[in-house]
Amino acid sequence: MAALDQPLDIAADLAGPAAARRPGGLRASRRRRLNLFRWVVFAIFGLFFLVPLLSMVRFSLEGTTPGSWSFSAWTQIVSYPGPPPLLSAIEITLELAGITSVVMLLLVVPTMIWIKLRAQWFSRIMEFLCLLPLTIPAIVLVVGLAPIYNRIERYNTSALMLFFAYVILALPYAYRALAAGLNAVDATTLSEAARSLGARWITVMFRIIVPNMWQAILNALLLTVALVLGEFTVAYLLTFVNLQVNLFEISRSTTNAGVLFSASAATLLFAFILLLILSYAGRRLRRGRP
Amino acid sequence: MAAATAAEAGAPRVSAARRPPLAWVGTVPFLAYTGVFLLLPTGIVIWNAFKANTGSWTLANISALNTGPVRSAFKGSLELCVISSLIGAIFGAILAYAVASGSPDGMIRRLYLAGSGVLAQFGGVTLAFAFLAAIGPAGFLIHASWYSNFPLGIGLIYCYFQIPLMVLVFLPAIDGLRIQWREAAESLGGSTWHYWRYVGGPLLAPAFSGATLLLFANALSAFATIQAWEDQINYVVPQSIGASFISEVGLANAHQGDALALGMIVMVVIVMTGYVLLQRRAARWQR
Repeated sequence: MAALDQPLDIAADLAGPAAARRPGGLRASRRRRLNLFRWVVFAIFGLFFLVPLLSMVRFSLEGTTPGSWSFSAWTQIVSYPGPPPLLSAIEITLELAGITSVVMLLLVVPTMIWIKLRAQWFSRIMEFLCLLPLTIPAIVLVVGLAPIYNRIERYNTSALMLFFAYVILALPYAYRALAAGLNAVDATTLSEAARSLGARWITVMFRIIVPNMWQAILNALLLTVALVLGEFTVAYLLTFVNLQVNLFEISRSTTNAGVLFSASAATLLFAFILLLILSYAGRRLRRGRP
Repeated sequence: MAAATAAEAGAPRVSAARRPPLAWVGTVPFLAYTGVFLLLPTGIVIWNAFKANTGSWTLANISALNTGPVRSAFKGSLELCVISSLIGAIFGAILAYAVASGSPDGMIRRLYLAGSGVLAQFGGVTLAFAFLAAIGPAGFLIHASWYSNFPLGIGLIYCYFQIPLMVLVFLPAIDGLRIQWREAAESLGGSTWHYWRYVGGPLLAPAFSGATLLLFANALSAFATIQAWEDQINYVVPQSIGASFISEVGLANAHQGDALALGMIVMVVIVMTGYVLLQRRAARWQR
């Protein structure tokens, strides 16, 4: 199970030191050939990835007659009347992203620090549980979650209740990011120093360790937000309306609605910016350390 | 008697000294949460897969997996996963090599990794819309007649998140290739072909096949994209689960969805076990 961490290691991939492997010692002719190969590959794949995205953006900017340009689809993001109305779904999704991040951090960060300081023997179990959602697809998890959500809906039928499931979905991403951060902190020495000066465990946790791993917490936060923005399966099958379900419903009732493409492009762009921030934040951290 | 009791009580006290007493209390909230929202749902799926509508134990749900529509869904899943994971693995590996051979702090690497992260893991239904805009019935680029063809059209869309996932998974393996190995091959008179045939290729083979398995599992569990692409016909298993879940129409009993889900768990666990084993072998040469 430990090896499962590889694919989700976006945080570490983006932030962690890539093996500094500059091919400086290559022969000049091979260097030139490699460069040619790289640019050809980047051009082809760049086209493959960008063309659908750019078509989406172009579609979102189309006016009433084909070939004309208009911003109306982008202004519609806030005013699209539905069915179903878009703005409320955006609100719900953003609120969900906030709640999920907070609950996830409150649940995972203290537990991880506690395990690191007081209960090392538990770390394997924690890792297993955190990476397990990778092996159990969301579509399977939702089948088992349905009876539990039936119970929850007796008390509260708001779509915000989705956060219970989203915390689980975000666990692998958040765990990897937080574990990388926590391992970089000499938690034992710090806590011994603080304890010997009379600090309580609560103080050690929130005033000593947490400030030393802000970066990792930020990474976990960004990944969780990106996940919640893109989540469809659980919400759709539990018949809650979040942003993605809303877009899906719009595509079913009105084909080729411009707002479909503007909202999709905005979501992807937002997630891309989150991950790009993550990669730059990671670099600053690395420079800060000797 | 008293001595015996003391001796018995002594044993736990020794281990209690090694493990700080009450340290486990700190793990209770986390265990409770994952217990209720992760382990319990999984348990419910497995439990219900063997339950009849009446509540008695049965194998009928499992044997119902061997009927026409379900078989074709499993076949469709298999087709789509094999095609998209093979294409994704090959092209993803090429792209990962191109990314890895650049500067580790360069702009290109950043852009490609952030982009890969978005497309591979957070795309959801929006990816289907991107292709709808590009090559759909009213597509901007071309009106591809094969857009609605299974597995061709959806296979192409799947590559759109499979290739980025391959880049993310395979990059560490390529980063692990040391320049000295290349130099050693060259100083012994080996050509580029010799290097890849006898050094680089065999070294990367376990990581490559492991990553391919991971892509396979990823395609197997994907639901959002294919549902947005076509929600009337159930081509793959996740769609059948979704359909049996939303309405029980056409299915003999309420726990059919659980049996399908159990089938998927079994498939994913087999594939992921292979991945872990291969990854362990690949890790030998990393770092």
